[in-house]
Amino acid sequence: METITSITPIIIISTSLVATFLIFFTGDMSKNLREAWTILAAIIKFGFVMSMLPLILEGKIIEYTVISIVPGLTIQFKVDALGIFFAILASFLWIITSFYSIGYMRSLNEHAQTRYFCCFAIALSATMGVAMSGNMFTTFLFYEIITLCTYPLVAHKETPEALQGARRYIAYLLGTSIAFQLTAVFLTYSAVGTLDFSDKGLLNNARAAGISDLFLTITFVLYMAGITKAALMPFHSWLPAAMVAPTPVSALLHAVAVVKTGVFVVVKVVLHVFGVNLLTELGLGTALAYVASFTIIVASVIALKQNNLKARLAYSTVSQLSYVILGVALLTPSAIAGSIMHIVLHAFGKITLFFTAGAIYVAAHKTEISQLDGIGKKMPFTMAAFTLGSLSMIGIPPLGGFLSKWYIGIGALEAHQLPIIAVLVGSTILNACYFLPIVYAAFFKEAKHDEHHGHGHSRHGFEEAPAIMVIPLVLTAIGAVALFIAPSIFLDLARLVVTSVTGGN
Amino acid sequence: MKEQAPALIIAIPLLISFINIPVGLLRRSLCYPLTIIATFSCLYLSFIIADTVINSGNISYRLGGWEPPWGIEYAIDHLNAYMLIIVSLVSFVVSVYSKKSIEKELAREKIIYFYTIYLLLVAGLLGILATGDLFNLFVFLEIASLAGYALVAIGDKRAPLATFNYIIMGTIGACFYLLGVGYLYIVTGSLNIADLTKLLPPLYHSRVVLVAFAFFIVGVAIKIALFPLHTWLPDAYTHAPSTVSAFVAATMTKVGAYAMIRIMFTVFEPSFSLETLPTTEILGWVASAAMMFGCIMALAQNDLKRMLAYILVAEVGYIVMGVSVGNREGFTGSVLHILNDSFMMVSLFLITGAIMYKEGHRNINNLFSLHKKMPITMGCFIIAAISMVGVPPTAGFFSKWYLILGAIDAQKWFFVAFLLLSSLMVAVAFFRIIQSTFFKPSENHNAHEEPLRDEVPFSMLLPIVVITVSLLIIGFLSGQIIDSLIQHTVPKGF
Repeated sequence: METITSITPIIIISTSLVATFLIFFTGDMSKNLREAWTILAAIIKFGFVMSMLPLILEGKIIEYTVISIVPGLTIQFKVDALGIFFAILASFLWIITSFYSIGYMRSLNEHAQTRYFCCFAIALSATMGVAMSGNMFTTFLFYEIITLCTYPLVAHKETPEALQGARRYIAYLLGTSIAFQLTAVFLTYSAVGTLDFSDKGLLNNARAAGISDLFLTITFVLYMAGITKAALMPFHSWLPAAMVAPTPVSALLHAVAVVKTGVFVVVKVVLHVFGVNLLTELGLGTALAYVASFTIIVASVIALKQNNLKARLAYSTVSQLSYVILGVALLTPSAIAGSIMHIVLHAFGKITLFFTAGAIYVAAHKTEISQLDGIGKKMPFTMAAFTLGSLSMIGIPPLGGFLSKWYIGIGALEAHQLPIIAVLVGSTILNACYFLPIVYAAFFKEAKHDEHHGHGHSRHGFEEAPAIMVIPLVLTAIGAVALFIAPSIFLDLARLVVTSVTGGN
Repeated sequence: MKEQAPALIIAIPLLISFINIPVGLLRRSLCYPLTIIATFSCLYLSFIIADTVINSGNISYRLGGWEPPWGIEYAIDHLNAYMLIIVSLVSFVVSVYSKKSIEKELAREKIIYFYTIYLLLVAGLLGILATGDLFNLFVFLEIASLAGYALVAIGDKRAPLATFNYIIMGTIGACFYLLGVGYLYIVTGSLNIADLTKLLPPLYHSRVVLVAFAFFIVGVAIKIALFPLHTWLPDAYTHAPSTVSAFVAATMTKVGAYAMIRIMFTVFEPSFSLETLPTTEILGWVASAAMMFGCIMALAQNDLKRMLAYILVAEVGYIVMGVSVGNREGFTGSVLHILNDSFMMVSLFLITGAIMYKEGHRNINNLFSLHKKMPITMGCFIIAAISMVGVPPTAGFFSKWYLILGAIDAQKWFFVAFLLLSSLMVAVAFFRIIQSTFFKPSENHNAHEEPLRDEVPFSMLLPIVVITVSLLIIGFLSGQIIDSLIQHTVPKGF
């Protein structure tokens, strides 16, 4: 496989870092200038990411070594199909979220907006860093940066509840990553003396080198426990707690950047650290698949009970993230492809849902599901997008979510794991149970007039959120449909990943 | 001058320290520039020495031209050179910072004596590092300790009691050390370290030598405040003036750790320290206890400075732990951590001093919206805190990397767990502060308007910023520091 040295990864990461400085220093001068930097950086970043795409599709790898600090600890970027897949997703959704954020923050007249946009930009830089990292050290580095710079975003409201949620957020993410993930990194390095990702898995030859199965199993368990951003049970409770953040933060960070970084790193660990062969031999893939299945079902059941819209979405996220883990844990080509596709398909669906939750809050100041009766008539665009988003979550064609479930299902058959099919079916039913009642209530129930009667019944017609918020959510909803019809780029990339990791067999 | 550098680096602060008194009595304002000149010369000389050591090998300087082992020899290898740079750099940075902070915290007539004693302490510490003679080391150890007692004692109103405890413990430590020196002198008739290295091996099973070794370790353990001999440290460092805490926290324990490494691996052979006696095994567990105890106590503190003092107790545990695992990675980690920890401690104590300067107190629970009043200082605080926790790419991560690799290599799984657990507790301790200073709204209701920006004076801010930014730079330079200095300090057989 051909390797090209290029500084594009550095440019991509530094665009939003430069933007951070500009936002910080111009933040107090002019709001418009400050927001212009965000948008500009988002677009430039996306442009640079896309500029790498043709090379990657030709099967090349873009590499750049920044600095080798001490032996074994090198900051190195290596953009392969999997990396660019995630980079495209995150950088594209950043553009849309930026517009939405601006609308949300201005409509609610939030405080500390400069801090908010600064942290947002750093978070995106770090997400790109994880996406493009070439070894486990670089991954860990940016993983921690994401945790640290999203803490102010979660604590944004500075109320006691926000602080408590943020405290749980940082305790779970930083705590487990230091206690477990870092230990796993140490064990990996002490076993094989390198942390560089490889297609066959960097621990692939460890068994031959005399490393015991117990050692490898412990390392694997530590990785899975340490990558808490993937919200695998029992380390999921930070995610609902983090819902105290403003909705755009929940949308991009907790449906896309943060949690997807988590599952992305899980995928990396499974494919590039351990490798398909080793995990099959150790039987750890199947074990992981069952833990993920457990998470899928239990989180869905918990979601059913939630009355707060964002909390329900949060538990839905916990459940959906485990699809990605489930897929990759099955270790068969179709399942891996499905798992990778689910990263992007869930992202579009879930960001739409969070956007609508934010729009409802801004336009109608409603946060509970029981208050949503009849809201579809006032906010038809928003709720239509919500419907599309939930159908995608459930996995009904012609929406994107169907594709990944289909592939994972086929993968389960390839792996001869019939119980997994039952899990998929069961979770689909549960998804329908917690999403469809909302859609039904929004469109077919009458609004309760006794609430907010001060201004609720006097006005008729549409009461949508500002256009700058509605357009992004409509776009992402359309994206969820478009990805079913034309998933070509993402599917090609997913297939490239699958060939590279299973190609030898 | 290059040849005389090892003597000059001690003579200059010593001389200027005495000049400070007559000059200061004439014009008090001259003390500060004089001190800066002295510490800057030390810094310059330490770089010359390091350059000589790296390029032309170890230095052996004969004081007054007397041949060792009868005369006093200043023997400088990579480890000394490395430590000299750390101590003189820290002393320079702290002396730049000192002016405003001291003026605020001390009575005016004490300022002259402060600078005098400060330079005496610098001279003492540099002397410990430069000398190649065990008794001379004791002399400098006492100079440094006495100066340290005096500096702590000029702190707040509870400082005298804290100092009294410190003196008692410190003197006991010095006695143990001196007894060790005496015992070795009885059996070998020599005090020169290089000479002792040659004379001692045949005597390794002599009971006198074994006892001497134990005395050395206990004596030094008191000086570095190794748990459970740390009791003097939290009080002394809490009640000392901010400038003093910053300097002694960053250097005293580190220089003590240097003395421990010298005795364990140069005076005695590594095989003696590792195998003949179960020293390293005991030290490893004691260090683990130090890490746990220090961190737990740190969590319980509301006084920022006292919390840092307990973290220092834990950090000493890190350094000793790395030495005790007895392999190359662990040792590298320890030596690297000496550097990182000095810088982190200076940075955090200086920031505490800055908070003290502006707010007048250090109670963690009552510091509101500091990030708006002192954005630069608190930005530095975050970087230093992250480095303390050991998050890459800050310096703190790289020494922990080596420490943990060392523990894994030695198959000491408990130590690995302790190292990680203490990192976690440090994280909790610092996030508690970050949360209350950054995100907790002020309870004061009339403070609804934005607090005004109110940073400390430039002469205090600059040292904080420089030292904190250097935490990031050191992080990236770790590899080079290890290549050019630390790898040569690893004892043979590791």
